Amino acid sequence: MSDTLLRLIRHGQEQGCRPHQRYLLDRAQWATLVAALADMPEVALLGLWGDPGQVHAALLIEDGLLIASCGVPDGRFAAFSPVRPGAVLFERMIRDLWGFVAEGGTDQRPWLDHGRWPVTGPLAANPAPNGMAPPQPVFLPVEGEGVHQIPVGPVHAGIIEPGHFRFHVQGETVVRLEARLGYLHKGQIGLMLGKPAPVAARFAARLSGDSTVAHGWAFAQGVEAALGITPSPRALALRALMAELERLHNHLNDWGFLCNDASFAWLHARAGALREAVLRAANTAFGHRLMMDRVVPGGVSDDLRPGGDAAIRAALAMVAAELPALEAVYDSHASLQDRMVGTGVITPALAMLFAAGGVVGRASGRGFDARRRPGYAPYAPAEAAVLTAGDVDARARIRLAEMHRSVALAKGLLESLPPGELLVPLPQRGGEGLGLVEGFRGECLHWVALDDEGLVRAVFPRDPSWLHWPLLEAAIEGNIVADFPLINKSVNASYSGVDL
Amino acid sequence: MQGWRRLLWPRLAQGLVSAPLTDPPPVPPEEVVQALVARLEAAAQTRLGRSLAIRQVDAGSCNGCELEINAMQNVVHDLERFGLRFVASPRHADVLLVTGPLTRNMREALLRTAECMPEPKWVVAAGDCAVDGGSFKDSYAVEGGIDAALPVDLLIPGCPPTPTQLLEGMLALIEAQRAGG
Ligand code: SF4
Repeated sequence: MSDTLLRLIRHGQEQGCRPHQRYLLDRAQWATLVAALADMPEVALLGLWGDPGQVHAALLIEDGLLIASCGVPDGRFAAFSPVRPGAVLFERMIRDLWGFVAEGGTDQRPWLDHGRWPVTGPLAANPAPNGMAPPQPVFLPVEGEGVHQIPVGPVHAGIIEPGHFRFHVQGETVVRLEARLGYLHKGQIGLMLGKPAPVAARFAARLSGDSTVAHGWAFAQGVEAALGITPSPRALALRALMAELERLHNHLNDWGFLCNDASFAWLHARAGALREAVLRAANTAFGHRLMMDRVVPGGVSDDLRPGGDAAIRAALAMVAAELPALEAVYDSHASLQDRMVGTGVITPALAMLFAAGGVVGRASGRGFDARRRPGYAPYAPAEAAVLTAGDVDARARIRLAEMHRSVALAKGLLESLPPGELLVPLPQRGGEGLGLVEGFRGECLHWVALDDEGLVRAVFPRDPSWLHWPLLEAAIEGNIVADFPLINKSVNASYSGVDL
Repeated sequence: MQGWRRLLWPRLAQGLVSAPLTDPPPVPPEEVVQALVARLEAAAQTRLGRSLAIRQVDAGSCNGCELEINAMQNVVHDLERFGLRFVASPRHADVLLVTGPLTRNMREALLRTAECMPEPKWVVAAGDCAVDGGSFKDSYAVEGGIDAALPVDLLIPGCPPTPTQLLEGMLALIEAQRAGG
């Protein structure tokens, strides 16, 4: 089946994207591609975005990643959402940013555009001035006896990012949740356009601060592929070291907060102390607690600082020594299990349909891990831990398993840091590349096209949360409102990452 | 590992006798305190007490600043030992701690939150973005720093500021109240 699909896409014109090719299809071919996906749930739509003349779809077909594109001369393209519900958010975003309409799309409401920008279609070839008052948002209706609404946000009770949640509830039970985001829209793509790659990289590093290493790396990987250069083995090893420390501190954070949301403060306190140790080690080793701007196109900005090696080893040893005890406490308290097990289930079928990556995917049977497939240096291919229960507990356990793995990977990287220069100079030429790096939430995908002067001509940074937000809405259905914070934390999708 | 070490109660008991994990308190810079005292006097504000309730709002941040603000609450920084605590409702808050460049989409929510707070109140802009829009200031979607919407009393630069720098800022507010009251 996938052979036919591949043949169909390869009939398009090659556009020279590296290392994963991009094919320009005509409208008929694009429509055939969309229709074919209806019967092929195993083909994953990883992203859908625009540029002033085309729309692009990143597809994962068996082990191959590729991009299919289609021109939009009249501002319309055939929608993916009827066959891939995960495309809805992308299609709404494309309309808001480039003004292209997804024909046959299942949801035409605005998404990022709240009617408060001075223009509409800010990334279109000719943005139009906007003089209208911001419209009231429209939510999907729910019918039934005794259904009422609970509006929450954009400002929430805790220290988290802003977003509006509209619950429709019947008694205690959530009938429908709709997330309305876009509050953090900063115009990331617009700011990256026309900038030299190293300047644009600073924006990639600030797409979602908690994933600054992973996004920085994915963008750099895209640029390096576009320019046909390879960073030194040392630079790659240092990137991986930072990426594993980032995964570790975020998983500690999320796992601790999960326990806290189930009112188990002690585990949260211990996880917080361990995380602080990891951040301090990162600061000693790389001069920044979150390791922001350390990954740059061409390599890394800094070598491991004096004392960094010992600091990281000490932090890893501390985590490795304490994790088993924390797990034992997690396992032996019925009050915790009672809140976690069976709560917020995302079925494997849904995870597959929405191409959920990272913890969310791996807790629901989808084992995709960009470190293994398509794979990138310096990682050796290895299977990630996978569970199928799809509940809050499964997501907590996947995080635990990944913490152990990150500790082992980071240790291994430190023990065999290869020599090599830190930064390869970027040649001044054009090109197009796609980067895919496994962050703590899932794979970060960055597509970038450079013009002949090496300036960003087109770009799309895709956070894994695009594929997770709709699943959060599915996970809460039939659960009680009081479990929402727990379920939300277990998915922990980024707001800033998708608000762009 | 010995079995008993994996149980919660022995570990809690151990915590009673081992040294605290908490960092020594940071000292706020004197000039910052003096500048705040001057602001306090100029506004003839009533003095707040020796403790402060903080309401945090993300007005456009990349979430890096939130990570470090959250870290102020961990056992190592432990901001509650200084009489500082985060509150859910702006109606209970003395300090509005704002991060991020001010996005156009967050302006109204930020202003509404600020309006809910009782006077006197402090407004703190934390992070380079909150100071003046940072990297994002030239975007169609961003108005600039937090002062584009609200008068700001204290700026804490950094991308993101560390928990220690954030704590210093919060302690400067408490010091200013003591000195100015
Ligand atoms: S100051 Fe830095 S960390 Fe804070 S929101 Fe801005 S970019 Fe993110």
